[in-house]
Formats: sequence, structure tokens, C-alpha cells
Amino acid sequence: MLEIRFHGRGGQGAVVASKIMACAAFKEGRYVQSFPNFGVERRGAPVEAFLRIDQDKILIRNNVYTPDHIVVLDHTLMEAIDPTKGLREGGWVLINTTKQPAEFPALAQHFRVATVDASAIAVKHRLGTPSSPIVNTAILGAMARVIGLAQIDHVCEAIKEEAPIKPDANAQAARDAYEQVLFAKD
Amino acid sequence: MKKVLMGNHAASYAVMLSRVQVISAYPITPQTQIVEELSEICADGRLNAKFLKVESEHSAMAAIIAAASTGVRTFTATSANGLALMHELLHWASGARLPLVMVNVNRAMAPGWSIWSEQTDSLAQRDTGWVQIYVEDNQEVLDSVLQAYRIAEQVRLPVMVCYDAFFLSHTYEPVDIPDQEIVDRYLPPYRPDLFLNPKDPRSFNALVMPDSYMEIRYKIQQAMDRVVTVAEQADREFDAIFGRSYGLTEAIDCDDADTVLITTCTTTSPARVVVKNLRAAGKKVGLLKLRMFRPFPVEALRRALRGKKKAVVVDRNISFGKGGIWADEIRGACAGVADMPQVFGYIAGLGGRDITLDTLREIVEEVETKSKPDSLLYWKGLKP
Repeated sequence: MLEIRFHGRGGQGAVVASKIMACAAFKEGRYVQSFPNFGVERRGAPVEAFLRIDQDKILIRNNVYTPDHIVVLDHTLMEAIDPTKGLREGGWVLINTTKQPAEFPALAQHFRVATVDASAIAVKHRLGTPSSPIVNTAILGAMARVIGLAQIDHVCEAIKEEAPIKPDANAQAARDAYEQVLFAKD
Repeated sequence: MKKVLMGNHAASYAVMLSRVQVISAYPITPQTQIVEELSEICADGRLNAKFLKVESEHSAMAAIIAAASTGVRTFTATSANGLALMHELLHWASGARLPLVMVNVNRAMAPGWSIWSEQTDSLAQRDTGWVQIYVEDNQEVLDSVLQAYRIAEQVRLPVMVCYDAFFLSHTYEPVDIPDQEIVDRYLPPYRPDLFLNPKDPRSFNALVMPDSYMEIRYKIQQAMDRVVTVAEQADREFDAIFGRSYGLTEAIDCDDADTVLITTCTTTSPARVVVKNLRAAGKKVGLLKLRMFRPFPVEALRRALRGKKKAVVVDRNISFGKGGIWADEIRGACAGVADMPQVFGYIAGLGGRDITLDTLREIVEEVETKSKPDSLLYWKGLKP
């Protein structure tokens, strides 16, 4: 079973990102479970969402405490909280930032780091506003490339089915991030 | 069609497929998405129902009581303080023998203000004459709402389908949404023989003198007694049509068990894993899932527990001054019956606190060290 934890701020779409990736993995025959960290959603506050993917029915119902990988939709969270808490050694840390992976040497000691400027991609596709872009669909494209939970075509298909507005722009944002994500290839 | 759905939308789809005619509700987290989706479903014509917006849960229940009195199928949903506000009218619904179906998403009562999971809200409605079903996963949410209409309309009692806040309500997982034609085969249109009709005027729920009130109560109890048989039959026919069944209880590895862990709702899922692991370690532990609270499945419970040494009940609820509500009911069902186990009652997960594999394993291990309970309740996961 794979466990992923999403970190974002209220309004960025972390919960929806987790759900869309669940739908994409489900298209590939996997059993999925996606849920928010049960908080009262407030715009701008740190939020978490969880995703479990397995071959068999998932019977665990608690929060994800020791994720295999984490996805950080807002780079300011890297200082505000510790998103890597409980993250398994060697897991991916995918961050929405303008920085390069090499600029996170401390993280690289225990984890693999990937970065993508999902905010710029979202702004380019007019998702959200320039000051508050909705970055969740872009980050999913990067996830598909780096973590590989589902093929990019299935991710885009799931985005088009689940995105409340602008399905094509959202899917294209995912494709752009798929191409632009920076990471050290194994 | 299989889709990744949150528990709340599994409920919405079940209501749509049940061809409900009147829906009335007042929003409250964590239930709101159920009726939000239903309002969309009504607006875009997928369901030809009247959707009544009202100013409180009390009015929502009053509205569907009135609607059901005219002979139509109805639905509402609520949680916690919303359910508490309905309390008086819950009696009206069962007393009038109306087959309402309501979803209650189990949420802790305030204060302290909490939106998270706990069963005290609906268990506290024990004596209102409603059938109560507690479900484990999102598929069971959808299936139980369909079954609820079958049961309600056959016995003429209202049915409450209860499930955990967030652990199901907001959790997405695969759900098989059956085709309308198949649901129509299972759930025929609701055609009561008695309803408010201007062409055949009658008076309902008038003053009842002491010479007949008790007989009305006796008939409600008789109807409740029938629920066990009716619900089992509804579940068997469900299996025949949809290929899924749940029973009123589910016993896993209980036959040769010394200790039986007893759980409800989502606590059952991790308990399945824990019991499997303990079995693999050579421990004679079984699991009993309880799905119905009213009527209480006394016979099935006694069958599963006969000859066992210990029963360990995990309650995500509390009756202050006594303890876990399921544990208390189980003790009552076992009292005076031969070969029943010692009942250990654990309070865990109140207000949405996680119940993990470790929580349940440690409870079973703690019970192994005790020959008999020295308290009516034990607290698990309480901070020092």
C-alpha cells in the first residue's frame, strides 16, 4: 500500500488534488482512499489531504502518519510547518517552488526532492488569480511524472471529469508540469 | 458503474435511485454535501422530487412528516445538534408509523464545538421508535439507504442510517452505483393504503385516550419485532439482485474464539486487520460487527457470543454515568443467559480521535491480562 500526504493552504486545492489522483489510480484498477485531514477549512490556513493506493480493499481508516511520499503545494509551508514529519526514508518531496531541487540539501540527505513552478503554470493557464493561483492540477502532472501513481493520460482524464471549471486548461496545466518538473532521475 | 465517491454522495445517489419524492433538510457539517448534491440532482431533473429548504432541522423533520402523511417517499439528513433539535419530532414520525428514511452522519455533540465523529448523537435517540442502522464503508452507505426504504415501508417505521463523520462522509473510495432499472426491481414505488387524501378525508394523530394509547405502543413494539425478519429478508433479496449482503451482524472467526472484539461503523475495518493479525499470531480472537442498534439484534448477538470467555466492546460514544452505549446494550442482552462472556467496555475515538490498528490491538492485549472486568468502562487513548 502506498500512502501520500498533500500539504497545501486552504483554497489551493490540496483536497481536490488528492481526490483526482485517486480517480486516476482507480482508472488503472487500483483500490483507492482519499480524504482531507478533518479540519475546518479556512482560506490560507495549512491543510492536509491523504491518499492511499493499494491492490486490495483498504481497511485502515486513520490519518496518514508515515507517508511514502509528500506533495507540498505551497513552498512557504516548508518553513511554517514540517511537512516531512513521519515521511519514510527515500520518499519523494515534491514542492511547488521556483527553486531547483539542489537548493534543498538538508532534505536530500533523507529524501528525494523534486520541484516544479506550479504557480507560474497555473497563472499561465488562468487558474485562480495571479496572486492566488489554483495549483492543484499542475502539481498532479508533476506527480504523475515523478512519483508515477498513474499515467499522465489517466491523470488528465480524471482532471477533465472532476475539475469543477476549465477542464481543458486544468488538464493542460498538468501536462506542462509533467514536462517542466525538475528532479534527479534514478 | 463504479465511481470514486465520498460517503455523503453515496447517500445522495442512493436517494436519487430510490426515486424519493420529497426532500427537506437544513445544512450542517458533516452532512451538508448529501443534500447539496441532492439539490443539484433535483435541479437538473435527474430526480423528480420536491426539495424544500427550511429554517431548521426541526422544520425539516416536520416537513417530511407532513409530506409522508400524504403517501410519498421522503428523505432528510442531519448530524449531531441538528438531530438533537429534531428529537421531539422523531417521536412524531414513529408514532404516526411513517416510513421516513434519514441519514445521520455521526458527529460529536457540542460543547466543546466539534464537527468530528462520535455516535452519541444518534444513540441518544434510542427510544424514539426509529430503526437504526450503522454502516462501515461507502458502498454500505449506498446499499443501506436502499435497504432502509424496503424495511421502513414494510414495517411502517422510520429508519435512520448512521455513519461516521469524515471517516466515511468526506472519504472518497470506490462505490458501485447500480443502474436505475435494477434498483426499481428491488424497490417498488411506495403505495401506502392509508394517507391524507382530500377525496377520502381522515384525521391523523388525534388525541388518544388512555383506553387505546397503550395498544398503539404495543403495535409499534410488534413492528420493531418484525424488523429483524424483514431486514434479513431485505438483505437476502438485495444479495440476489446486487450480489452484496451485510446481515444485521457479521461474525468473523468467532466459532473457536475465546475473545470476541465487538465493533460498529468504521471501527470494524481496522478491527478486521487486527483480528487477522492476532489469528496469524495464534490467538483465538474473533470479530463481531454490529450493524443494527434498534431493534437490537439480541438473538444473533447471543449466538455469536455463546461459550466465549470475553467480549471486548469498542464504543465511540458515551452515556455519562454508565459507559459505552453498545457495551451496555450487550450486557443487557447477555444478562441471565447461560454461557455468555464477560463484557469489557472500552471508550475510544471520541470527537473523531483516530482509532488505529495499534489502538485495537492494545485493547485486546490489555483484556488478555484481566480475568474479569473491574470497571464498567475503560478509556483508551486518553491523554494523561
